[in-house]
Amino acid sequence: MNPQSAVPESDIAESPVIIRLTDITKSFPGIVANDSISLDIKRGEVHCLLGENGAGKSTLISVLAGLQQPDSGTIEVNGRPTVIGSPNVSMSQGIGVVYQHSALIPSLTVLENLMLSDSDNFWLDKAGATARLHELGELLGAEIDPDMQAGDLGLGQQQQVEIAKAMWKGSEVLILDEPTSMLTPQAIDNLVASVNRLKAEGLAVIFISHKLHEAYAIGDTVTVLRGGKVSGRIDPAEMHAMSEEESKARILEAMFGTNPEAISSDEAEAAGLVVEEQRRQIPADAPVVVQLSDLNTTSRSGEIPITDVNLKIHAGEIVGIAGIDGHGQQHLAEAIAGQLSPTSGAVTLDSKNITKLKVKARQHLGVRYVTDDRLHEGIVGTFSVALNLVLKKVGESPFWKFGRMDKAAVLGEAHQQIADYEIRTPSEQTRAGTLSGGNIQKILLARELSHDPRAVIFHKPTYGLDLKTVYRVRETVRDFARSGGAALLISTDLDELAELSDRIVVISNGRLIGEIPNDGNRVTERVGELMVGSKTDLARTGVAHEHE
Amino acid sequence: MIPFFSDAFLTAFVVAALASAIPVMLAAIGETVGEQSGVLNLGIEGLLLIGGYFGFVATIVTGSFWLGFLIGALASIILSSILMALSVLLGLNQIVVGIGITLAGTGVSSVLYDFSYGSSKPRLGLDAPWTIPFLSDIPVIGPSLFAQPGMFYVSMLLALVTSIWLYRTTSGLRLRSAGQKPSSLDAAGGNVAVTRSLAVLFGGAMSGLGGAYLALISAGTFTPGMTHGMGFLAIVIAMLARGRLLWVLLISLIYGLFVAMGTVLQLTSLNIPNDVVTIMPFIAVMIVLTFFARRSALPAALAIPYVRGAR
Repeated sequence: MNPQSAVPESDIAESPVIIRLTDITKSFPGIVANDSISLDIKRGEVHCLLGENGAGKSTLISVLAGLQQPDSGTIEVNGRPTVIGSPNVSMSQGIGVVYQHSALIPSLTVLENLMLSDSDNFWLDKAGATARLHELGELLGAEIDPDMQAGDLGLGQQQQVEIAKAMWKGSEVLILDEPTSMLTPQAIDNLVASVNRLKAEGLAVIFISHKLHEAYAIGDTVTVLRGGKVSGRIDPAEMHAMSEEESKARILEAMFGTNPEAISSDEAEAAGLVVEEQRRQIPADAPVVVQLSDLNTTSRSGEIPITDVNLKIHAGEIVGIAGIDGHGQQHLAEAIAGQLSPTSGAVTLDSKNITKLKVKARQHLGVRYVTDDRLHEGIVGTFSVALNLVLKKVGESPFWKFGRMDKAAVLGEAHQQIADYEIRTPSEQTRAGTLSGGNIQKILLARELSHDPRAVIFHKPTYGLDLKTVYRVRETVRDFARSGGAALLISTDLDELAELSDRIVVISNGRLIGEIPNDGNRVTERVGELMVGSKTDLARTGVAHEHE
Repeated sequence: MIPFFSDAFLTAFVVAALASAIPVMLAAIGETVGEQSGVLNLGIEGLLLIGGYFGFVATIVTGSFWLGFLIGALASIILSSILMALSVLLGLNQIVVGIGITLAGTGVSSVLYDFSYGSSKPRLGLDAPWTIPFLSDIPVIGPSLFAQPGMFYVSMLLALVTSIWLYRTTSGLRLRSAGQKPSSLDAAGGNVAVTRSLAVLFGGAMSGLGGAYLALISAGTFTPGMTHGMGFLAIVIAMLARGRLLWVLLISLIYGLFVAMGTVLQLTSLNIPNDVVTIMPFIAVMIVLTFFARRSALPAALAIPYVRGAR
């Protein structure tokens, strides 16, 4: 990450306030999302907004973006009290927002996505838009092909387009909501470089994150939210005076409300404070549980298939799959789970060829898949929690007897699982779709990890979850490996991969292009380098090593 | 019997093909605009019939074809405002509401017709054609393409203008984005509900014009249920064309050609049952479907009500 502070801290302290929030309060039924939050955003500063999921960051952004109206409190823009009643007002006040979830329309070109904001033009002004994109591209230090379909761009580039879109009408304030969550370290470097260039131009950047080291590396000012309130604030001068450790300790205290000593290890670890202990050694003679040999698939509807995939997963091992989203991870997971038939190659489980077996047969042998699409593929939202927990056992004993569901057995199982996995649900009969993402993920884990799992694919298991559930899920993955299972962890979060995996294999365009043993030596950087395609020679040697 | 492949025959053939193609094309343009904005309008069949009936009545009463088209369009706008209110503004299921509109339009137009003209069964005269100087003197295509009623040229112009609107203007881009990812339009400062509402009303107007064209120009009269599934055909055409109006025009013309061919077959001495002739255009469209339907890519947010902030 780049060194910070193009503008000296003393200048920021004196630079004019662009946005002043005073006592912003916003409640939703049953929860006060923002509880009298006051905030100054100054010209030429990067203002980091930190907090756990549910701390009120998103609501605050919605208020600034004009998507939500505060119940009370005032907003001043350049000294004038302003009611931001709609996204249009927000934009005309010079506030540009880049949301965590892409707001680009994948089927439209980059230029079309950008021209969407030109509501004043009757005719689409392609020439004008191309020129403006070029201008913003120079400012951001990014080169973007205006005629590419937005969905075909890499995530880093998509984000640059989103920033260009947010700045299309000359924004003074740029809000970036968790901008690094899906990016490779290299893309993050580019992003940080862009942010610093914008800062040098005198823009204010609000940078929302839950990663401490990012806040320290990029932020001039840090504001921490907890339970809808401002629970901590570090000024530029203080920030400058503090070491990274001191600032992290301050921020953690603000995020979790206790002094650092009292923070439970899970919270600290989830926030990235504690460096995970070195990976335990997998015994050299650990049996191979899953073996993929020259596996190929074909694409049905545009997603990238896998090509010549060779991979071994040993007992007790967690193999991480790193790669840019949509580079064949889906097919890899489904080919192992049995949801997708390979066109050639073989899948073996404990030396038994299971290539021809269907999902159910593989389930019985212990092959399980925790899907990334937990809301749609993972559960049936309108079914009860109990039914979802036995969803893959429909028609089988002991839950079904003579074709009839044994209600007592199902509820008993549900009761046990809810307790074991601490699934927070009003009852076993509650519809699963009404639960939070974290609890839905726990249902999936409970279901897939029960009844003798042997090999489990975890596909983005912590994506979009709150910190505590993230910790819980990661611990579950570790426990499974410790108990001798073979785990395949597919993730776009490199920190997560580095924390959990014994080795990390990089997938690109459906091919496994390299492997990094998790030896604690610049692992995320090395994986990131592989992902962006440089250092491919190093990658090859890594692969050769594996197949010796 | 008319000798085949004479100039007069070919002219009549092209005129017949266009007479069948234009109503479908107009309805399919309306449906396209609706679908691109994210609203699946299954009420087209009913809208065609309502537009046809009221257009017919207006022309009978006033004697003016233009007034007929205007009233037909207005009637269908009013009927489609039900879809706008229930599905766009209140978020009810578009399929249910659309089918309801089809049933209502079919039923209401039949009842009104039987009540007012059921016994007299009046017919309209021919609309005076606009004869384009010089071009109309070309053999075959002159009299068939360049001596058509004014509404024919207006229809072609509407297809062109709609295409330019969708792909060359900012409001067209915003309309398409409402069908792809309404939250993006919302974040860009657009109003999804207004965009979709206007698209639905536009679709109503186009269907009304299509229905009126069918009654006033193609048939010269109104008969209950005269569309025979043409509205659903228009929906299919819109889906196949994926928002490209040139395709809408071409598939509509294929349909028109087969209808005209059916008419020709009836004129020959070949003894083909009437039913076979009637279903020919639909079989043609089904063949087109089997080849191209797999390519139909619908807007991502089609038929999904937009609620700000919902996941």
